[in-house]
Amino acid sequence: MSVLAIISTKNGAATKAGLEAASYAAAWARAQGSEAIAIAAGPLSNAEALGATGVARILHHAEEVTDSGQWAKLATAASESVGAISVVASHDPFGRAVAPRVAVRLTAGLVAGVTELPENGTVRKNVFSGKAMADVDVSTSKSVYTITPNAFGITSDGSGATTEVFSAELGVAKEVVKGFEAASADGQVPLPEAELVVSAGRGLKGPENWGIVEELAQSLGATTACSRPVSDIGWRPHHEHVGQTGITIRPNLYIAAGISGAIQHLAGVNQSKVIVVVNTDPEAPFFKAADYGIVGDAFEVLPKLTAAIKALDS
Amino acid sequence: MQYIVNPYDEWYALVRAIELKEKNGGTVTTITVGDAGCDPIIRKALAIGADDAVRIDALPTDAMQVAQLIAEHARSGGYDIILCGKETIDHNGAVVPAMVAEMLDCGFISNATQLDVDGGQATLKREAAGGEEIMEVQCPFVLSAAKGMAEQRIPNMRGIMSARTKPLTVESAESTPSTTISQFTLPPEKGACKMIDAERPEELIRLLREEAKAI
Ligand SMILES: Cc1cc2nc3c(=O)[nH]c(=O)nc-3n(C[C@H](O)[C@H](O)[C@H](O)COP(=O)(O)OP(=O)(O)OC[C@H]3O[C@@H](n4cnc5c(N)ncnc54)[C@H](O)[C@@H]3O)c2cc1C
Repeated sequence: MSVLAIISTKNGAATKAGLEAASYAAAWARAQGSEAIAIAAGPLSNAEALGATGVARILHHAEEVTDSGQWAKLATAASESVGAISVVASHDPFGRAVAPRVAVRLTAGLVAGVTELPENGTVRKNVFSGKAMADVDVSTSKSVYTITPNAFGITSDGSGATTEVFSAELGVAKEVVKGFEAASADGQVPLPEAELVVSAGRGLKGPENWGIVEELAQSLGATTACSRPVSDIGWRPHHEHVGQTGITIRPNLYIAAGISGAIQHLAGVNQSKVIVVVNTDPEAPFFKAADYGIVGDAFEVLPKLTAAIKALDS
Repeated sequence: MQYIVNPYDEWYALVRAIELKEKNGGTVTTITVGDAGCDPIIRKALAIGADDAVRIDALPTDAMQVAQLIAEHARSGGYDIILCGKETIDHNGAVVPAMVAEMLDCGFISNATQLDVDGGQATLKREAAGGEEIMEVQCPFVLSAAKGMAEQRIPNMRGIMSARTKPLTVESAESTPSTTISQFTLPPEKGACKMIDAERPEELIRLLREEAKAI
């Protein structure tokens, strides 16, 4: 009767999404009077942070695993060895590749993108890109959940975990990683992980005007994003495109300048904690989804915001 | 209500499949789990350029059930590549592709942005934190397609005409879902937007720090 958390690692440490999955598993295990166990593979420099999420034990597979089928075999073996009734993973590309395979192996019902702890066998998840929530009942005896990033937070006051060596028969890898291409060399936090985002749209009129957007982002330590038409016409790189057909983000702060707030754009950003909109048109739909708004010309307002932030820091 | 083809499936997965067929030969089959109400959108996929279509006549209620029905058909189909969209834009589950891969015991590449095939070997790029990973995998395999894989194609008149006579096979199947949605709710309303004078943007910065605690 325990809960197993699948922990992804990056550069030899558990990822933020992995720590969130562990925190979720620990909170849910506590609510049921059982214990949470984490499974991780490869170098793990922040085992302490993982223990602080409240998991009682860390099962550690010495070698890194990159193949999703092998990872599923590892997690399934761990789940069976600890008698887990539930398996928890992050709702990011890693979790979405591994957790469904685990669900198949365990014949467990899977709920993807949950945002809250389960209650009486029902769990809440986001649907329609956060425009609504659905309560889902699981009818199988075991369950698998993937946790929406930034929805649950990381616990850091747990009492620490014991680490045990764990191994399993993983078979051969079918997916082979041949290389990595960095999206940008400018040292920005990648969009899906960014806590602060400054975004701009067609209202900026041309790619030559993005300096004021980049300066504001720099002053905040934020990552830059853009609306779809802007990346389609090549003003900005494709990896900056947020929205229904781009990246979905959930930062602490999203500043949107010269973006009208079309429903397809909102679908990717409306789960941000705080939204600021700068637009010349007081009727722009984006103001309805915003927490703070300035009706004004981005060409004047953005440099003033940058100056105000610099003044604050000095 | 008018349903559409899920954009990730249509713009990226389907179009790339058709491009590969145009380059390397072969055929493109679409598969849909759903009732006869899906037929118009299946015809659209045929109009864009798929060769034939299969519809599994069942109401899709959960990812595991849909994956089972797709995998069951695929087992006997001899497909080299199963291309899916990275997620549906309604339920945002994004888990069917990996389930199908597990059921068929084959490799899976998620959020793929590029795909090239040479013989039985595929080279892909996929989204990863801070950039893209270059991946290799042997056929058969499953992928989920993200932006970058292809460009949307608008069906032309010839495509629309020929789609009417392309084969659409309906298969019946039994399956039981393992999860059910008991209710939908709306998120709590946003409070009114606080407007700040464009002449005093420093006021916004103060509010972001002191009130919203966002910076
Ligand atoms: C199936 C589908 C999927 C889509 N997916 C996405 C998606 O993922 N992401 C996305 O963004 N869009 C998406 N779109 C497109 C979307 O519908 C909108 O067309 C798009 O978001 C508009 O981009 P925009 O706000 O930059 O431009 P516009 O709508 O042209 O808005 C520009 C805004 O800038 C304001 N403005 C002008 N000058 C200034 C100035 N000097 N200072 C301040 N403000 C100014 C204007 O008042 C206006 O509100 C999708 C559309 C479809 C049909």
